[in-house]
Amino acid sequence: MSDKGIGASSKRREDVRFLSGNGKYTDDINVRGQKYVYFLRSDVAHGKINGIDTNKAASMPGVVGIFTGADFAEVGGLPCGWQVTDRFGEAMKEPAHPVLAQGKVRHVGDPIAAVVADSLEQARDAAEAINVDMEELPAVIDMKSAVAGGTLVHDELETNLCYDWGFVEENKEAVDEAIKNAHHVTSLELVNNRLIPNAMEPRVAIGDYDASNDESTLYTTSQNPHVIRLLMGAFVLQIPEHKLRVVAPDVGGGFGSKIFHYAEEAFCTLAARKLKVPVKWTASRSEAFISDAHGRDHVTKIELALDENGMFQAIRTDTYANMGAYLSTFSTSVPTWLHGTLMAGNYKTPLIYVNVKAVFTNTVPVDAYRGAGRPEATFQLERVIDKAARELGMDPIEIRRKNFIQKDEFPYATPVALEYDTGDYVATMDKLQEIADLDGFEARASESRKKGLLRGLGINCYIEACGIAPSNLVGMLGARAGLYESATVRVNATGSITVMTGCHSHGQGHETTFPQVIADMIGISEDQVHIQHGDTSNTPMGMGTYGSRSIAVGGAAMVRATEKIIAKAKKIAAHLMEASAEDIELKDGSFSVVGTDKSVGWGDVCLTAYVPHNYPLDQLEPGLEETAFYDPANFTFPAGAYACEVEVDPETGKVDICSFAATDDFGNVINPMVVDGQVHGGIAQGVGQALREHAVYNEDGQLVSGTYMDYSMPRADDLPNFVVDHSCQTPCTHNPLGVKGCGEAGAIGSPPAVVNAVLDALNKGGYNVSHIDMPLSPSRVWSAING
Amino acid sequence: MATVTMTVNGKSVSGEVEGRTLLSDFVRNNLNLTGTHIGCDTSQCGACVVHVNSKAVKSCTMFALEAEGSSVTTIEGMANPDGSLGTVQQAFQDNHGLQCGFCTPGMVMSAAALLEENPNPTETEIREYLEGNICRCTGYHNIVKSIQAAAAAA
Amino acid sequence: MYDFALQRPQSLNEAIEALSAEGAQALAGGQTLIPTLKNRLASPDVLVSIGGLSELQGVSETDGTVSIKAGTTHGVVAATVESYPALASLAGNIGDPAVRNRGTIGGSLANNDPSACYPAAALASNASITTNKRTISASDFFAGLFETTLDEGELITQVDFPVPDAANYQKFDQPASRFALVGVFVAKYGNDVRVAVTGASEDGVFRWSEAESALAGNFSSSAIDGLEVDSEGMIEDIHGSKSYRASLVKVMTKRAVAAC
Repeated sequence: MSDKGIGASSKRREDVRFLSGNGKYTDDINVRGQKYVYFLRSDVAHGKINGIDTNKAASMPGVVGIFTGADFAEVGGLPCGWQVTDRFGEAMKEPAHPVLAQGKVRHVGDPIAAVVADSLEQARDAAEAINVDMEELPAVIDMKSAVAGGTLVHDELETNLCYDWGFVEENKEAVDEAIKNAHHVTSLELVNNRLIPNAMEPRVAIGDYDASNDESTLYTTSQNPHVIRLLMGAFVLQIPEHKLRVVAPDVGGGFGSKIFHYAEEAFCTLAARKLKVPVKWTASRSEAFISDAHGRDHVTKIELALDENGMFQAIRTDTYANMGAYLSTFSTSVPTWLHGTLMAGNYKTPLIYVNVKAVFTNTVPVDAYRGAGRPEATFQLERVIDKAARELGMDPIEIRRKNFIQKDEFPYATPVALEYDTGDYVATMDKLQEIADLDGFEARASESRKKGLLRGLGINCYIEACGIAPSNLVGMLGARAGLYESATVRVNATGSITVMTGCHSHGQGHETTFPQVIADMIGISEDQVHIQHGDTSNTPMGMGTYGSRSIAVGGAAMVRATEKIIAKAKKIAAHLMEASAEDIELKDGSFSVVGTDKSVGWGDVCLTAYVPHNYPLDQLEPGLEETAFYDPANFTFPAGAYACEVEVDPETGKVDICSFAATDDFGNVINPMVVDGQVHGGIAQGVGQALREHAVYNEDGQLVSGTYMDYSMPRADDLPNFVVDHSCQTPCTHNPLGVKGCGEAGAIGSPPAVVNAVLDALNKGGYNVSHIDMPLSPSRVWSAING
Repeated sequence: MATVTMTVNGKSVSGEVEGRTLLSDFVRNNLNLTGTHIGCDTSQCGACVVHVNSKAVKSCTMFALEAEGSSVTTIEGMANPDGSLGTVQQAFQDNHGLQCGFCTPGMVMSAAALLEENPNPTETEIREYLEGNICRCTGYHNIVKSIQAAAAAA
Repeated sequence: MYDFALQRPQSLNEAIEALSAEGAQALAGGQTLIPTLKNRLASPDVLVSIGGLSELQGVSETDGTVSIKAGTTHGVVAATVESYPALASLAGNIGDPAVRNRGTIGGSLANNDPSACYPAAALASNASITTNKRTISASDFFAGLFETTLDEGELITQVDFPVPDAANYQKFDQPASRFALVGVFVAKYGNDVRVAVTGASEDGVFRWSEAESALAGNFSSSAIDGLEVDSEGMIEDIHGSKSYRASLVKVMTKRAVAAC
């Protein structure tokens, strides 16, 4: 392991400001003269607004302005960024998504009106004085009822079905036939529970307007400020990019929930223009629960056909995916292209057919969250494999090994349209068996029995597709955006470097890891490199950070730009040493002429670029700054194998996680310490989903788990130390760093391990339970045990 | 409005507050010490933990006026006198005990309070002490490791 | 929060005087009240801060009684009470460390949250709850969900716990809030056994009298093997059904007895 550059566990430089209280999060920004907005949100899930009387509220102390849907009637709706085409070639149903409700509310939390006042409490006081004449309508919450008909979330669509998607449609008949004729079919119906993202920093938006030059600035908690600028500027408010700056400063976690363009951002930007004062909104946590896009919420039936040797023959899945009341920015892509394409997993299943029905309900919109579609695919596949193993009396590891795509079979084209470039699933499973000490399980189980507890072991594999690309392909699939990334590498006159990236760091550590790459390429110290991100006014157009894409796509763009820098610097060095550029070698920050003892330092070359006295001005421009846009040729495919051991208390149903081991193949690794941390956090999320977290709506559409009093967040004493390993590395073949991405693996790979472990414990303990839906709360486990 | 006076990070400060002004509002808005964060409204997340008279408290669940005459320490007061990171802070950096940094000030303040009460905590004691501090990024693994390292370094 | 005036009386008498005003409410540790105010679920005109009053601070242990002044925090009870370990341990598991540094025994008892821990200890110990007006036996104090027999403006000043021969509290956490989904406090005084249950009932803390009778004759966990808890009247929510809670009452009772 290196002690600097690529492969080094460099300590994170950004930590110094976070640890000393000097981080600058959006809520830490106060613009002189700012006013505060409070959103009056619907407390019913579905209702018709017959009138809004703001007269009394308008005269209350401190009120600066009150806005209702009427003020936004001419403003564009929030756009959806991905158009899905259904099985029959029809475009998905795409309802309007107003900034403030237009005549109807469609979920608890839907904003009806907004009050801007001198203080937040005054705004809230006035909001309480707004009289809304609301006619409550029946709410539709359950997806299957929604599809069956009756109450419509959007009357004009005449259906609650957003789309009925089949993938790969041409495979359908062959899959049906294979399942009909199979030796054995294992069938499983399951729920992938709705989650609430809960980045620890609630969302914040501050709109500011400078009338003197007609410029708007939005400070916002975003993972992708350029995307927000494009969506809000072009589609909602019609503000051209050069008059709109979007700044996402330090952001306290995103996990997908801060990708999307939200109504509050558009509201604050427009209200600041209308009122000519800065307008600030800070979400409370309770507000976040009903206004941040939720995650998951699939109801699935999966069937796995096997032959007499346990070889997978076909997979058929049938999923209902909740869209909520409106289409959030990337909502439609999640159950389709981020889910259906992953259904092959790590296995050679020749025939696969995926059906997804996306459904509107009177709930908060659902969109990409921490894995986005891939956890849903992994969970159903790895659960049905475990169930099949139990039904066939096979070992759960052996059935997986048997069906693995083998190392010499890459590149491997799956029946669901992906081509995996590299992988070694046998190696990660071997490594897992070693680090998880599976041989010692029986002894540990015996100790558990002495305490009256049931011990179980759960195993699963996962594959992920990161860095979704290339843009021309995703365009064909319906994306309304490109999925490249950008970097400008600016070498300063004395040799230090500023990298302006279109990625955004909100916990990933880019400010430390990106410099490791450049330092390695040039041979200078990491301290010489500074990363700038998060402000559209000083970074090139980029797509932001999500989907474990930053190092694989943004890092690659940075490498490409740096390669251009090095090529130009070599020409300058060649000139200085009166040699040919082809003969120049860069090593350890020094340019030398191959085969001679001539050399010139990095700093001298940089200075020459900016003080071009001795310089080939007729052939080369002065300066040393390059930009690259990188559009990958394919996705990357991290993969791994996870193991979880649990103890179940049969009297109470309580599950304790005893150990968790993860082996991941991320390809090359830039900073092992940071990569470990990413996996740890993902595992905690996966354990949280498996055992604790659940956004529960009652039949009236009220969010029952609407605060931390009822939404169970995993805490330190719910979790063990994790054993993680990423020494199995099959580098990605199509990006310059050979990296695959590591941000979501833990959250994708861990839920099935936990659930498989609990079921193993119960079955070994004599309870014949084939499935329990997540979260496996004590009461659910107890109910399963007690019939 | 009423005047409140207290010592914050060793300096005497006073300010005009309402009855409903929380201690967290006071340090963030009146004193511009924005390292204290607000992550929930049900007193569970712990991003706002500060020390009041050497005890860890949730500054979002205490009124500023209740801190009259108290000695308050926030994350901004945890550095060494020369400005370098204090022992607990340094241990968090060394062990990658933070990612997005939002829960971090509360984590550090809770960790420091724990080590004050119990200089050599076990892993279980550390995990139990962090019951009121929620982190969404790290899975707590490296936070626990950081606190163990801080205990060893003290 | 709605606006209110915050008063900081310097003595107990001043506090009692202030609390007699219309719209006045006591603010002890505030760990329940402040979140309630944030969500605008309460609108007092005046909050009378009593948490800092030295007259309401402290623990004394004499002659088989643990006396705790009402403003004593859970943290102090956990750290100082020696003669009644089950009580100290209960206090040390309320909320989290920062909450325990503010929350008080008086505040908890006066609030009588159906899932709070202290009511179980008070009822199982038949604690004496002293106010500025009188002393109320715990058996007469709790009056259903968030209800007590305290009068308007009446303030708890001290709680006296007779120290039992043996006692144990078993708390099964609600997974999110970590209040008691079911908590059972068993206390044995000679041949008299008291079993108080929190978290389970729609009527708040209660005594499981069948278990008490069975345990009085045979203080072992097997003594209640044959008993079943009636699930009628149990709380049902997303964290557990009535029958789950009823089952937990029995399991936790057995464990408490076994741990005594």
